[in-house]
Amino acid sequence: MTTTVDTPATTVRGATVELSSVVKNYGGQRALDGISLSMRPGEFVALLGPSGCGKTTALRALAGLEQVDAGSIRIDEKDVVDVPVNRRDIGMVFQSYSLFPHLSAQDNVEFGLRMRRVPAAERRRRAAESLELVGLGHLAGRYAHQLSGGQQQRVALARALVTRPRVLLLDEPLSALDAKVRVQLREEIRRIQTELGITTLFVTHDQEEALAVADRVAVMREGRIEQIGTPEELYTSPETPFVAEFVGLTNRMPGQLRAGGVTVLGTELQLLGTPQPDGAVFALVRPEDIVLSAFGTPAMVIGTSFLGSLRRTRVSLEDGLELSVQHEAGVSLALGERVQLSLRGRAVAVIPRP
Amino acid sequence: MSGTAVRIGAEPGRLARVVILSVVGLVFLIPIAAMVEFTFRIGLAGKHTVSHWTDLTNPAKADLYSNLVTAIGNSLTLAVVTVAIVLVILLPTMILVEIRFARLRRVLEFVCIIPITVPAIVLVVGLAPIYGVVVTVFGGDIWTLAFAYGITVLPYAYRAIQSNLGAIDVATLSEAARSLGAGWGNVLWHVLLPNLRRGILAASFISVAVVLGEFTIASLLNRVNLQTALLQLSQSDAYAAVIFALLALGVVFLLLLIIGRVSSSRPGTPRSAS
Repeated sequence: MTTTVDTPATTVRGATVELSSVVKNYGGQRALDGISLSMRPGEFVALLGPSGCGKTTALRALAGLEQVDAGSIRIDEKDVVDVPVNRRDIGMVFQSYSLFPHLSAQDNVEFGLRMRRVPAAERRRRAAESLELVGLGHLAGRYAHQLSGGQQQRVALARALVTRPRVLLLDEPLSALDAKVRVQLREEIRRIQTELGITTLFVTHDQEEALAVADRVAVMREGRIEQIGTPEELYTSPETPFVAEFVGLTNRMPGQLRAGGVTVLGTELQLLGTPQPDGAVFALVRPEDIVLSAFGTPAMVIGTSFLGSLRRTRVSLEDGLELSVQHEAGVSLALGERVQLSLRGRAVAVIPRP
Repeated sequence: MSGTAVRIGAEPGRLARVVILSVVGLVFLIPIAAMVEFTFRIGLAGKHTVSHWTDLTNPAKADLYSNLVTAIGNSLTLAVVTVAIVLVILLPTMILVEIRFARLRRVLEFVCIIPITVPAIVLVVGLAPIYGVVVTVFGGDIWTLAFAYGITVLPYAYRAIQSNLGAIDVATLSEAARSLGAGWGNVLWHVLLPNLRRGILAASFISVAVVLGEFTIASLLNRVNLQTALLQLSQSDAYAAVIFALLALGVVFLLLLIIGRVSSSRPGTPRSAS
C-alpha cells in the first residue's frame, strides 16, 4: 500500500517506472516497436522525436489510455498493463487545453480529489495549495475561457499534481503556447517537479525544450528509442546519425573514413558510436566545432544571424558546400566577405556517403 | 463598374437587417394576427367579443373540450417519452461514437438525417405493419407512438447535440477525467453531461416542439394527440380550435426562446462544483 503524507505539495512521491519491450500496433502500422525505458524515482525523462515516432503512444500506453499488444509496464515494480487509467495513480497534462469548461479553476483542481472522495474541507485546502504552487491562487474562481493558454496549462498542472500521483505525464503541454510563455512554463514545470520529486515523463518534439528541462532524454524514431542519455551525452556523443542530426544543428561534411578516424577539411577527427567500414562518408559536424581562423579552408560569407550572445553565419566553400558556423556575436562579418575555416577536432558521427 | 465592391458573406447593414426582419416578421405575424382577430369575432357581423375565450372555462362546454384535454395529456406523454428515447438512445450513442468510434460519425449522421427526407405518409406506410407488432408487445397505449416520433425528431435532436459535441473536445475531456481517477459513470455525469447541457436541452425542446405539432402519423395510425383533436374540435367549434392552436404556438414559441437563452448561456460566475 502506498502511504501519502498529509503535507502540501512538497511531498516526495516519485515511483520507479519500467517499460519493457512494449509493442503497440494500429491496424498494420507498428507505433511502438518493443521500446524499453527505465525511470528512477523522481527522474525527469523527456521523450523526443519527430511527429509519428511513437512518443505520445508510449506516454499514453504508460497512462493506460492505450492498450499495449505486448510487453510490460511496471510502476513501482507492479505490472499495470491491465490496470485501467483511472486506477493507475498518474497525473497527466494534455497538449490541448483540457480544463473542464463548466468548472472554475478551483473546481477543476478539486476534481481528482472528489473522485477519491476526499472530504470537502481538505479538498478545498489542497486545491488552493496546488493553485498557489503554480502561482494562480488569485485566479481560483475563473473559468477556462477566462484564462490565457499558459494559465490554463498551469491549472491543468495543478489539477494533475493535487492528487499526489506517483507519475506525472506531460503530453506536449507547451506546444500550443507562445515562445515566451513556453520558456517560462517549462522552467516552472521543472521547478515544481524538482520540488515534489515526482517521476515525470515529458513528451515533446522540441529538442531545445527537452534538453533544457530533462534529466535524461530518450530520442525516438519509428517506434524505437534510438538513444537515451543526459542532454550533454546526446549532444556531444550521439550514438547514431539520426540522433546527431535530430539533436542540435549539424553540418554534413564529406570526408574519408580510415582506420577508425575520419578526415574532414584536412583535419583527422575521431569517430563517435559504433565502428564503420572505411570509405567515403559524411561527417556530422556541429556549427560550434567549425572555427573562423587566420588560415584554413577558404570560404565566403553568404548570410549571418544574430542570436544574442552568439552569431550563426552561413558560409559557402569553393566547391559550393554550404556550412553553418557559430561564433561570438562580437565578430561581425559582411556578406561576401572571405574567411578561413578550420575544425576544432572534436569526435563526430558519420553516415555513409553514396 | 461601381467603386464599392460588395463582399460576399458580409453582414448586412442596419437598414437591410430591419427590412429583412420586417418582411419575415410580417410573414409570420399576419396569419397569427388574423387568428387572434378571428377568436374575438362574432360571425360575419364585424363585431368582436371575448366570449370565445371565456367559454374555455364554461362548465357547459366541458364535454366539448374533454377530448382535447385528453389529447393534450397524450401529446405531453408523447413528448416526455420521445425526449426520453432521445436521451437514453441517441445521446449515449453519439457520445460513444465521438469517443470510441469516430469513423462511424458520418454513418451516424447519415442515419439520423434520413427521416427528414422521408415524407410522413411514407413513414406511416412503413410503420403500420411494425405497429401491429408493437401493439402486440407493448399494448395500444398512446406512448407507443413515441417510437415513431423518436424517428421523426432524430434529425433535429442529432443536429442540436452534434453542434454542442463539436464545440467541446469530448475525447480529451474524458481522458483528462479518467486520468484523474473518474470511472466512466463519473465521466458521463460530472464532465460530459454538464458540458452537453445546451445540446441536450435544445434537443429536448425541439423534440417537444415537433411532437406537439405532429399530426400526420397520429392521424394515420388512428391515435389522438393535440393536432388531431384540434382538427376534430374545429369541426364543432372553430373558435376554440383556433384559440388552442394559438396557445400551442405560444408554448412552442416559449420553448424556442428558452433554447435561445440556454444556447447563449456560458459559465462565467464562480460556483461550487460540489
